[in-house]
Amino acid sequence: MSAFRAALGRELLVLWRSPAEIINPLFFFVMVISLFPLAISPKPEVLVVVAPGVLWVAALLAVMLSLDGLFRRDQESGVLDLLLTSPVMAVVPVGAKLLGHWLLTGLPLVLISPVLAHMLQLPDAVLGTVMLSLLLGTPALTIIGAIGAALTVGLNRGGILLAVLVLPLYIPVLIFGAGAVSAAVEGGPVNGILAVLGALLALTISLGPLAVAAGLKISSGN
Amino acid sequence: MAFDSFADFLAMGRHGFYVWSAYGISALLIIASMVLAVRGQGRVRQTLARQQRREQQFSEVDDESGT
Amino acid sequence: MVWKTLKRWYHQLGSPRYFYTFSSTVLPWLTPIALLTLVTGLVWGLAFAPADYQQGNSYRIIFIHVPASSGALMGYMALGVAGLVAVVWRMKMAEVMLKAIAPFGAALAAISLVTGALWGKPTWGTYWQWDARMTSMLILLFMYVGVIALQNVIRDPRQAARAAGLLAMVGVINVVIVKYSVEWVQTLHQGSTLKMFGESTIDPAMKYPLLISMLGLWLLYAANVLIRARSEVMWRERRSKWVGKLVREGNR
Repeated sequence: MSAFRAALGRELLVLWRSPAEIINPLFFFVMVISLFPLAISPKPEVLVVVAPGVLWVAALLAVMLSLDGLFRRDQESGVLDLLLTSPVMAVVPVGAKLLGHWLLTGLPLVLISPVLAHMLQLPDAVLGTVMLSLLLGTPALTIIGAIGAALTVGLNRGGILLAVLVLPLYIPVLIFGAGAVSAAVEGGPVNGILAVLGALLALTISLGPLAVAAGLKISSGN
Repeated sequence: MAFDSFADFLAMGRHGFYVWSAYGISALLIIASMVLAVRGQGRVRQTLARQQRREQQFSEVDDESGT
Repeated sequence: MVWKTLKRWYHQLGSPRYFYTFSSTVLPWLTPIALLTLVTGLVWGLAFAPADYQQGNSYRIIFIHVPASSGALMGYMALGVAGLVAVVWRMKMAEVMLKAIAPFGAALAAISLVTGALWGKPTWGTYWQWDARMTSMLILLFMYVGVIALQNVIRDPRQAARAAGLLAMVGVINVVIVKYSVEWVQTLHQGSTLKMFGESTIDPAMKYPLLISMLGLWLLYAANVLIRARSEVMWRERRSKWVGKLVREGNR
């Protein structure tokens, strides 16, 4: 447990000292969403229909882009090798790192989402569902994306390859996340869909860090 | 035989375009994949044979300079 | 007894050299038999099977569409199994298989999509529909592309294979979830017409050519995998004595 807390503290501190990595995904999220009313139509009745999908696709891309350098700094500084050869199982520091990364990049997206949902003309009654779906969905996106980041860590053309590897894996989360918001807009039942999203999150939390640790071991060649 | 004539067979009851283009594209992809597999094998063989010949030449040169 | 035989096969085929000689004896038989079976099934289906009472002759696309779809799906499952063996037990032949299985599987996924679209136009009036099966097959094609791309980018072949193996394992879980999640988003595709167990809703005159062409395409897939695996084995073992001897003799 102390190893987990130490790794988490380190990750938070490192990210805190390079605020661009926290702010850039957030700005990306806001900017991409503000493109859609300009591109499609500013009419409220049109925006309401596309808003769930737009919010979710933008959040998904923001999370994915924030992951590109997730392990690169650690690899360059040699911390990664230490982490993989330490007596503690690699899952513990990896899990701490993922939690820290989500707290500073995923959680801000969740917190700002009601503002953007309102700008996309979603009714106020839906804002709770928007936040809840993103709260359940973004950690899953972070973990799944980290598997791809772990497999491409040593490659210098990682960015576009990461998208090719990870986007197909994001589809279930996207379907249920955007589906929950759409159902809420139509006034239908939402709890069942959110429960499925929660189940997906539980699956990724239980198996994801293992896969990330295995991927890092493969990429570092031991 | 489910068709009366060869022209009938080609027409596939108005759906000839869909049926034959489906089979044409499938055949193209399958044949391409088989050809690529076989050619890959040939390329590995050629590369290894060339390497072997080069190594033989080098070892002959070594022998001559050694004696 | 059966277990022991299986175990022996596993260990023997796990040795690259044994695999090479084994495939040399199998391939000259496997490839012609596969082609013959496939052509028999397709000719039977295209020319001799009766027309469908609803769809007329456009249904004849089924004889390539269903074998290709099932082959693509099974290929990815095989990738997942090979990935498990390669990542956990680090078996060399599983790594070779990861490289050999993917290309033909990707081709089959593409065939499934194209034939599905060409069948959809006369049947539903549209080439593309975002229904559960077509969407899942599209995602499957993307995941084949991911596995192939990852292997092409990593230079060390062993590391490339194990990275692709991990991706394939995650992908297999994803295929299952994608299937159910897209089904949830509404579907218009007709139900499964061919079932291994229980009553199938397809006429026997159509079922047999379908089963035969399916068998033929699967055998051809196996032949393709063996050919690709042979060149990969040869390349990986290029510094060994037996490959040197093979190259010197120049025999197949």
